[in-house]
Amino acid sequence: MPHPEKRHHWIVRATHWVNAVALTLMVASGLRIFNAYPAFARKGESFCCWPWEGTAAPAWLTFGGWLSGARNWHFAMMWVLAVNGAVYLAFVWLHGEWRDLAPRRGDVRDAWEMMKFYLFVRRTHPHQGKHNALQKGVYFALPWLGVLAVLTGMAIWKPVQLAPLTALFGGYVWARYWHFVVMLTLVLLGAGHVFMVFAVDPQSLGSMVTGDYDESRSPEALNARPFLRGRPKPVLAIATAPPASAPVPADRAAAAVRPAGPREAPPPPDRPSAPPPSAEAVAVDAAATDAGAVRDSDEVVITASTAVAPGEAAGGAGETDEEEVGR
Amino acid sequence: MIDRRRFLALGGLSAAALIAEACDSRGPKGAMKVLRWAERRNESVERFLFRHTSMNHAAANRLVGNRMPSYYISHGPPVWDEAVRGRWALEVSGAVRTPLRLTLEDLAKLPRVTQRIDHFCVEGWTASTQFTGVRVSTLARLAGIKPDAGYVDFQSFDSGYHESWDLESATHPQTLVAFMREGRFLSSWYGAPARVHSPVKLGYKNTKYLTKVVFMPQRNGGYWSDKGYEWYGGT
Repeated sequence: MPHPEKRHHWIVRATHWVNAVALTLMVASGLRIFNAYPAFARKGESFCCWPWEGTAAPAWLTFGGWLSGARNWHFAMMWVLAVNGAVYLAFVWLHGEWRDLAPRRGDVRDAWEMMKFYLFVRRTHPHQGKHNALQKGVYFALPWLGVLAVLTGMAIWKPVQLAPLTALFGGYVWARYWHFVVMLTLVLLGAGHVFMVFAVDPQSLGSMVTGDYDESRSPEALNARPFLRGRPKPVLAIATAPPASAPVPADRAAAAVRPAGPREAPPPPDRPSAPPPSAEAVAVDAAATDAGAVRDSDEVVITASTAVAPGEAAGGAGETDEEEVGR
Repeated sequence: MIDRRRFLALGGLSAAALIAEACDSRGPKGAMKVLRWAERRNESVERFLFRHTSMNHAAANRLVGNRMPSYYISHGPPVWDEAVRGRWALEVSGAVRTPLRLTLEDLAKLPRVTQRIDHFCVEGWTASTQFTGVRVSTLARLAGIKPDAGYVDFQSFDSGYHESWDLESATHPQTLVAFMREGRFLSSWYGAPARVHSPVKLGYKNTKYLTKVVFMPQRNGGYWSDKGYEWYGGT
């Protein structure tokens, strides 16, 4: 039985889609503006740090039709982008969502584990919170890049009236360059984001519209890599399976087959009665059986110990197991 | 669930189709009103940010700006033909108490300013050039502008090219009626006999081949402004 949860507040969903439209239009109109002079050097000088001086962006990537049209769009849409971004940041700050995004100790190692998983070096999906470590890094970087895009944009919009800001970025030519580089970074991260949504977690697309998210179909539960989604991770079957010495029913055994880490937590031995399943219990149990998670995170170790102690976790899992795996 | 998914897929497809169609287009017609409105709001912001004390100084180590592109809208560089039009003189008129007619010699006798500054083109490039000329604020003082003069129209003999400015930008200390560039009198490639030059406005606002400086109670558009470029065009 799926357990839809409210994953995204409506403010986050609304600002996400406004941002998607505004950023797309800003990038496309910005490229049209860039094409009016697709280089960075001052007239009569050369520019060190751009190997494609004079190469225009392909016309199909641009928006606005001509320089003036693109400028009109750019200078109108910039307010939508900036105000929408400010609303998002204010919400994330006041509502506490920033805690899901703020870097913590261990994030680099977790990101490395994710890379290993995606590169088939590691077999099981690392345990994660709301986002995996790679996602978290991107979602943390995007707002800062947005702020940089706005600041460098102001620096080249008003190089005389805001001369100190322009000077901060190294002068007009460099500010224009940084504005472009920030845009490129935003586009690369954004493209990666969109790719991963479709390739790894298509559910999250609907989730960003309705807000609902079914954790039992999360990439972690499905052990999902790009375009490769496993069956729902049968951690719950393990939790309810009898010890290895005892005979295992055939369907259970098939379901229980999963890559097992060497330091995997032992499954709870008993099979208690079954209270209604709760998403919490499922999550906790998943944590208990993930070797990487138990090793990596203090937080999870605590929940893992509680997962083994009360029979509730295992019991709840048992029912879910019947429904998810028995099919 | 499937319905929602199908709905999302269809929605996504149609959005993608719209975007694909919109690529390299000017966007929907209905948006133009909104864009015009946004431009006026931006002008308010730009005027709010504007300071006479904000100065531009091109870095001293910049190359001499001989690479500044030449630009005019006529078929060839416009040349003032004295045989046909008589002697060139700059007319300062409109909402002023004493209209002026200044020959090049008259201009050269007025207090002059020499400044090496950035030229900001709307296309995105900059060039650093040294210009010598008379401040527009000096001309305004000599002619004695009336209190209702809130705008200035800079007119030329380059096929009717002109651009009007707000008075504040026109009287910025770095806004010149320039008649020399890099220590020489202007050539017909660069706006001879005199031109407007200022770092506080984008290149297209700086009328070359100047004939008239007309102070006005209302704005008067401009060659590129009327085609869709921002009228304010400040930097």
